[in-house]
Amino acid sequence: MTAYDVEKGDSVHPGKPVTVDRYTGGARINHWITATSLVLLAISGLALFHPSMYFLTGLFGGGQATRAIHPWIGVILFFSFFGLFFRFWRANLWAAEDGTWMARLADVLTAREERLPEVGKYNAGQKVVFWGMSILIVVLISSGLVIWDQYFYPLTSIEQKRVAVVIHAAAAVTIICVWIVHVYAAIWVRGTIGAMTKGRVTGGWAWRHHRRWLKELVSGKKA
Amino acid sequence: MAGFNFELPNPNTRDPKSDLGPGDYVRRSASSVPAPSRQLTPVAKLIDVSKCIGCKACQAACLEWNDMRDRVAINRGVYDNPQDLTPQMFTLMRFTEWVNPETQNLEWLIRKDGCMHCEDPGCLKACPAPGAIVQYSNGIVDFVHENCIGCGYCVKGCPFNIPRISKVDNKAYKCTLCSDRVAVGQGPACAKACPTHAIVFGTKEEMKKHAEGRIKDLQSRGYKNAGLYDPPGVGGTHVMYVLHHADQPQIYAGLPGNPKISPLVDLWKGATKYVGLAVIGLFAAIGVVHHIVEGPNRVSDEDEANAERLAGGRR
Repeated sequence: MTAYDVEKGDSVHPGKPVTVDRYTGGARINHWITATSLVLLAISGLALFHPSMYFLTGLFGGGQATRAIHPWIGVILFFSFFGLFFRFWRANLWAAEDGTWMARLADVLTAREERLPEVGKYNAGQKVVFWGMSILIVVLISSGLVIWDQYFYPLTSIEQKRVAVVIHAAAAVTIICVWIVHVYAAIWVRGTIGAMTKGRVTGGWAWRHHRRWLKELVSGKKA
Repeated sequence: MAGFNFELPNPNTRDPKSDLGPGDYVRRSASSVPAPSRQLTPVAKLIDVSKCIGCKACQAACLEWNDMRDRVAINRGVYDNPQDLTPQMFTLMRFTEWVNPETQNLEWLIRKDGCMHCEDPGCLKACPAPGAIVQYSNGIVDFVHENCIGCGYCVKGCPFNIPRISKVDNKAYKCTLCSDRVAVGQGPACAKACPTHAIVFGTKEEMKKHAEGRIKDLQSRGYKNAGLYDPPGVGGTHVMYVLHHADQPQIYAGLPGNPKISPLVDLWKGATKYVGLAVIGLFAAIGVVHHIVEGPNRVSDEDEANAERLAGGRR
């Protein structure tokens, strides 16, 4: 069994119920800085994307302030996500069972866990979210710099800015959809949110959803 | 020559009353306006490039009327000064030395650049700030600075590369067609100042008629391609040119041959905006429906028991 699934700080505490440490304090702080930035970016971005949501600029102190602050939040998100990427990329590498898991998406959505392969720390859906976020954030920061006229206007042509603004809008819509999937999955699969608030999940949760990871942790502990 | 008066009357300084206001908006950026109760006669500025002597009186008049002082520029060995439009310079004489391949003559082409006041304004369509860009029923496209957020979307929407964002107050600036002068029955300051009547102002109909006479005259003098520049790609403009080489507008310092709002801007402000919101809404709705139909995915007692067995139950 490969050991790449186990991350720093992951550990099993036998008991009733068993508890499993899933995220360190650092990882959680890192995650919530990223999450806050992403939500603020979505709100300020949507405000400038569609007139029906322009009123959201009020949350940032008006249109001028929203225009000025949005790119800076993007910079924070980029560096914050960079931290998450280095924490999580190894455990998100595609594994043999991920194809099977994806092929049985109907079973995933109907919660028939018994028909799914045992998965490591992340299932294929979580990996798609991870890589989707990673790629989209790079696309968003690159296209965003092209249209950050306050500082970078002379570096690109108007035609390049037009291309960038379309890419930025399309990528933003996509990442908001990925974010909805991410948040919904965390809500639907009960017991998940504790992983990012308290840092731990129950053994039953790990057994049900990430059995391979749990087994790896247990065997690592016994060894 | 068409019988209209070049000389606009001096303003009535006793009791100037503005006759142009929000009630005359036909378009307002990122918002809608009620249909105006009256239709103003469409106006136009006609710039006869063949009569321009490049004196820059129009630039000076523009600075004077709008009370702007641009920085003293650097001489780069060409007549253009400043080098480009700026937030303080709404109009700019662009000089081109062009060798006519037919006659081998050097022709000095001088074009007064500035906002064209498109009937189909790309800046207004791209603008995300409600009411920052408006179009009056007389055709004038104006920026309302108190609503401008300085995002630069108008720059991307404009097919003529006209708006400039100020580094001082982060707002977009361009020629207003002297909407404040037009409001009190005056013509633009540049037209008032032009010593050769290369710039004239009146109703769009008058201007087209006047242009016809000028074009006939130019054709009789050997400029067989003389013509009017009123590009249909943007629905026509309220600033028009008489060009002696109307078949090749590009030679006049890059005046676009067939300007229209970029398809990228149409895509961004059209399909992307609506499809984008619909897709986001759909994803959220699928989540809600899934949760209603499927219910939460809970960990069972059996799962916990299995985990305890696996972990060995040590405390």
